[in-house]
Amino acid sequence: MEQAELRKWEHKCIQEETPQCTAACPLHVDARTFCSLMGQRRWDKAWSVLARTLPLPGVLARLCDAPCRNECVRKDAGGGIEIGLLERFCADNAKPVPPPRPLPSRGKSTAVLGGDLAGLCATWELARRGFDVTLYCTTPGKDLLGLPQATLPEGVLERELENLAKLGAKIESDRAVDEALLNTALEEKDAVFLASDALAEALSDLGDPDELTLGTGRSGLFAAPRGETSPILKAAAGRRAANSMERFTQGVSLVANRELEGPYKTRLYTNIAGEEPAPPVIPDGGYNEVEARDEAKRCLQCECMECVKNCEYLKHFKSYPKVYVRQIYNNESIVMGTRQANTMINSCMLCGLCKEICPEDFPMAEVCLQARRTLVDTGTMPPSAHEFALRDMAFANGPKAALVRHAPGEDSSEYVFFPGCQLTASDPENVEAAYADLRKRLGKVGLMLLCCSAPAEWSGRQALMNEAMDDIKQQWKALGSPRIIVSCPTCLKTLRQGLPEAEVSSHWSLFRALGLPESAAGQNTSLAINDPCAARHDTVLLEDVRDLLEQLGVSVVEPKLSGQYTECCGYGGLLDSANPELGKAVRERRSKAAEEDFVTYCAMCRDMLAKTGKHALHFYDLLYPGRENAGARPSPGYSARRENRARLKEKLLADLWREAGQAEKAPFESVAVEFTETALQNMEERRILKGDVQKVLLQTQKTGKRFVHKETGHFLASHRPVIVTYWVEYEEKNGGFLVHNTWSHRMHVRGAGS
Amino acid sequence: MSVIKVPEADAAGWKCDTCNAELEQLPVELEYLDSLFNVELPVCPKCDMVLIPENLALGKMNQVEHLLEDK
Ligand code: SF4
Ligand code: SF4
Ligand code: SF4
Ligand SMILES: [Zn+2]
Repeated sequence: MEQAELRKWEHKCIQEETPQCTAACPLHVDARTFCSLMGQRRWDKAWSVLARTLPLPGVLARLCDAPCRNECVRKDAGGGIEIGLLERFCADNAKPVPPPRPLPSRGKSTAVLGGDLAGLCATWELARRGFDVTLYCTTPGKDLLGLPQATLPEGVLERELENLAKLGAKIESDRAVDEALLNTALEEKDAVFLASDALAEALSDLGDPDELTLGTGRSGLFAAPRGETSPILKAAAGRRAANSMERFTQGVSLVANRELEGPYKTRLYTNIAGEEPAPPVIPDGGYNEVEARDEAKRCLQCECMECVKNCEYLKHFKSYPKVYVRQIYNNESIVMGTRQANTMINSCMLCGLCKEICPEDFPMAEVCLQARRTLVDTGTMPPSAHEFALRDMAFANGPKAALVRHAPGEDSSEYVFFPGCQLTASDPENVEAAYADLRKRLGKVGLMLLCCSAPAEWSGRQALMNEAMDDIKQQWKALGSPRIIVSCPTCLKTLRQGLPEAEVSSHWSLFRALGLPESAAGQNTSLAINDPCAARHDTVLLEDVRDLLEQLGVSVVEPKLSGQYTECCGYGGLLDSANPELGKAVRERRSKAAEEDFVTYCAMCRDMLAKTGKHALHFYDLLYPGRENAGARPSPGYSARRENRARLKEKLLADLWREAGQAEKAPFESVAVEFTETALQNMEERRILKGDVQKVLLQTQKTGKRFVHKETGHFLASHRPVIVTYWVEYEEKNGGFLVHNTWSHRMHVRGAGS
Repeated sequence: MSVIKVPEADAAGWKCDTCNAELEQLPVELEYLDSLFNVELPVCPKCDMVLIPENLALGKMNQVEHLLEDK
């Protein structure tokens, strides 16, 4: 990833943008943090949040007219948060804090003329930035003196004036603010702020100050906008003037990059769809503690997190895409050291849901797939991450499982049925039934039992992907380039992309055109539909299956995330291979998306749901019924999946093409072996195949090398066919083997150094 | 290279069936992705056959494999 790309992605995710309240506040108080602390009754901490940003906080917190309320996201769910009232309560109840420590002296001297709120605030801001500042006025805070005691209690102003002095500001009161004083100031000081409306009016040549800079026709003189009555806007004018004076004395541009100084529009998005409306707590007098807490708790703590809320993977790594993309970038820059983002990169299901949900269309799948390709290209992809899945793909495309033929008795094909390697693995009977149905209705329908090569794509191995797709292409051409009929949404998507010259039709559209098969059983049930993530953008497909379900009499229940917004089952992107634990969490989550039994049209979705114990039907189960309680059929284990593929090939060859026998068996396949329940469970969890175990047993038969347990009498043997070493604990029984346990490791034992 | 000792390398109850010999803790050379380690593991002193117990394979060894894969 180039740095420019990083910036582009980072900019796209708006999670770190300013909340609406802070953006709307002329002084940009962090109202979100303030509310969070107030909601925990941590008044003192909350006060320090205000005091960090507000000049003369004791005064301003009590006077602020809270323009933020009109922009507060809560306004559409009961009413904007009463930040003004909360600030007041906080000012009355929190322990006062000393003023901030000023920055080191800049050696520049400034003057403020006029002691109303704008003048006081400008003085505060200048002093805090390390300017030498003198405030000239008749009475400091003159515009505040008439305020009722309830609004501004006695002593508050005095305390903040003391704080001004502590900040190092000099206050010269009882001074007539007139033109003579102004001229002296302009001569002696580096910059001057005029906060007296009266004097400004008297100077006929002055005119209105510039809106952005508050600059005037006279160099070095800045002036408050005249006639301002809002306290917070007066304070903001004081800060704006101080900013200008700082730029002026530094000799830098007065106008560049000041867009975010006043109130601005923020890009932060916060979804309030699920939010219960709650009206503001408005007391007769001021808040009591409970009321203040309750009002603060109405704050939504605005953030985006839309994608994270809807994706178990994004949630699992405890952050959000803006941070993830930075981690991926850093991961790629590592030369020596640990690439800590590898597992994160390999755990995305590449399902595309986040992009649909994100207000800015952030495509985490694109970022992660690109990152995987980079890992592969630079030789740093962890070897174990996708190995098991790629071995499975190789098996599906290998001599034991792959089968490409014209229909029996035909020497050409108008169509070819491509059921996909996972349906073949999960449910060979329905592959047979669907193929028979297609031949009956369409005649010259060939068969292709192959993997569509999606696993290669997901693993970031583009070369392998191209190679596999090329193989498919050659075999398809050898059949005479027939129209391909596909039912698996992932195969559909992958083949359409990889074979643009082929006509790839969905089996589901075909059913709509030709009608349901005779065997299809009318249903009188409710089923929740589970759209596979590969179907997300295929509107025709989404519509076809719904229409067909309706024709069958099924009343379709849509989970909250469905259709364009469907969730992945946990297999997508090879998550289940790279991070099995997270894969389990994902399918558990999906299984809870509906009360009803599921119906889906991807074999992998079906099996993933079935693994959780949830009843799930493949659509073919409704069209080619023949199995009792098909929804409860367990997901076949990894070894059974391979056997299903191999057996289907043998059976079809024998039944349809009258060809006997497969390529001869490898010796290990004849080793007679049985397993205990524990052994079977461990094999599934540890991804150890029956064939792996048989190889170990064959090896120990040959070499006689094994351990024996002194109490149980069990034997223990190991073997390393290629990279992984397998261990098998077994006993000999009835001329065969009973396996009790098995485990594996990748580390190679080079030998004992005796 | 110093020899690493791991508590998981416990093979209580097992002996070499081939040589009918008790196992001993001896240094063994392990290799993964160009990294070499010397670890004390249960070994048959006669035929040098090494035993990798289940909890070592699934625990420490697995962790180190992942660590090396991310290097
Ligand atoms: S709900 Fe809270 S965080 Fe959101 S805009 Fe309102 S005050 Fe700010
Ligand atoms: S798993 Fe799907 S929703 Fe989650 S980040 Fe990846 S592509 Fe997005
Ligand atoms: S949905 Fe996710 S990626 Fe998009 S802006 Fe929000 S947090 Fe960022
Ligand atoms: Zn021995």
